[in-house]
Amino acid sequence: MHYVDEILFHFELFGDLCKNLYKNMQVSQICELLSATIICGNKYSSATIERGYSSDLMSDVLTLDTDNLLLITGLCNLQTIRTSEMADIKFIVFVRNKKLNDEMLALAKENNMCILESPFTLFKASGLLYQAGLKPVY
Amino acid sequence: MNLEFQIEGGNFSRAGHASSEIKKMLKQLGVDSRCIKNIVIAMYEAEVNVVAHAFEGLIQVHIESDKITTVISDKGPGIADVDLAMQEGYSTASKKVREMGFGAGMGLPNIKKNTDELTIESTVNKGTTVKMVNHF
Repeated sequence: MHYVDEILFHFELFGDLCKNLYKNMQVSQICELLSATIICGNKYSSATIERGYSSDLMSDVLTLDTDNLLLITGLCNLQTIRTSEMADIKFIVFVRNKKLNDEMLALAKENNMCILESPFTLFKASGLLYQAGLKPVY
Repeated sequence: MNLEFQIEGGNFSRAGHASSEIKKMLKQLGVDSRCIKNIVIAMYEAEVNVVAHAFEGLIQVHIESDKITTVISDKGPGIADVDLAMQEGYSTASKKVREMGFGAGMGLPNIKKNTDELTIESTVNKGTTVKMVNHF
C-alpha cells in the first residue's frame, strides 16, 4: 500500500472510532459533568441530547439547522432566551457562573425550556461534554 | 389574516416579542415546524435590526393559505449600500448591540437564507423596508 493511502486509511479508522465514541447524553449526566444546577425544566432531567454548540454570538446560533441541541453560552441576557426560542433550542447551559434574572427565567419557563447553570468556563464545559461523547454540530 | 406589531428602537427587552407572537400563531395554524423556524428566524433577525438601528418600526404580516408575507418598515438611518450590507461580516452595529450577541454582520444574509423572496428598499436618513415571502 502506498504511504499516502495508508495514512488516509488510518485517518478513516480514526474517524470511525470517533463516530463510535459519540453518544447522546442525559441532562442529569450533563449536570454531573459540569457541576451544573437545573434552574428550570426539572422534568427534562432524563431527556437525552444529541449535540452541543458553544457560542456567545447569537447571530451564529440563528444560522443553525440542528435539532436536539444543547446551547452552551456565557452570554446571559434576554436575547439568549429569545434566540433559543426562535431557533427551537430547548436546552441551555449558562457557564462562568452567570445567573438568570427574573425576566429571563419567566421567558424560559413560558417556552418550556430546560436551563442549567455551571460554574465552569465555556472552554472547560465544552471540553468535558465533547470528551464524554456529545456530538459537535460541525 | 393580517397582523401588525410595533417595534420600539433601542428596546432590547422587547426585541423578539412580535416574532414570538407570530411563531405561536403559525403553530396554532398547523404550519410545518421547519417552515415556521425559517419564517421566525428571518423575522427575528429583521426585528433585531430595527431595534438595533432604527427609531421605530412596524411589522405587517399577511398570512394566506400557501404563503406568509412579512413587511418590516422602519424610520431610521437607512442603509447606504444594500449590497454591501448583504455581505457576511459587514456591520455598523454599536457596542451595545454586540454586547447583546448580535452585530456580526450576519443578519441580512441569514434573512436571505431563510426566506423564499426578499426585497430591501432603503433611503438614507429616512428608513428601510424589508419584504419577505415564505411559501408553506
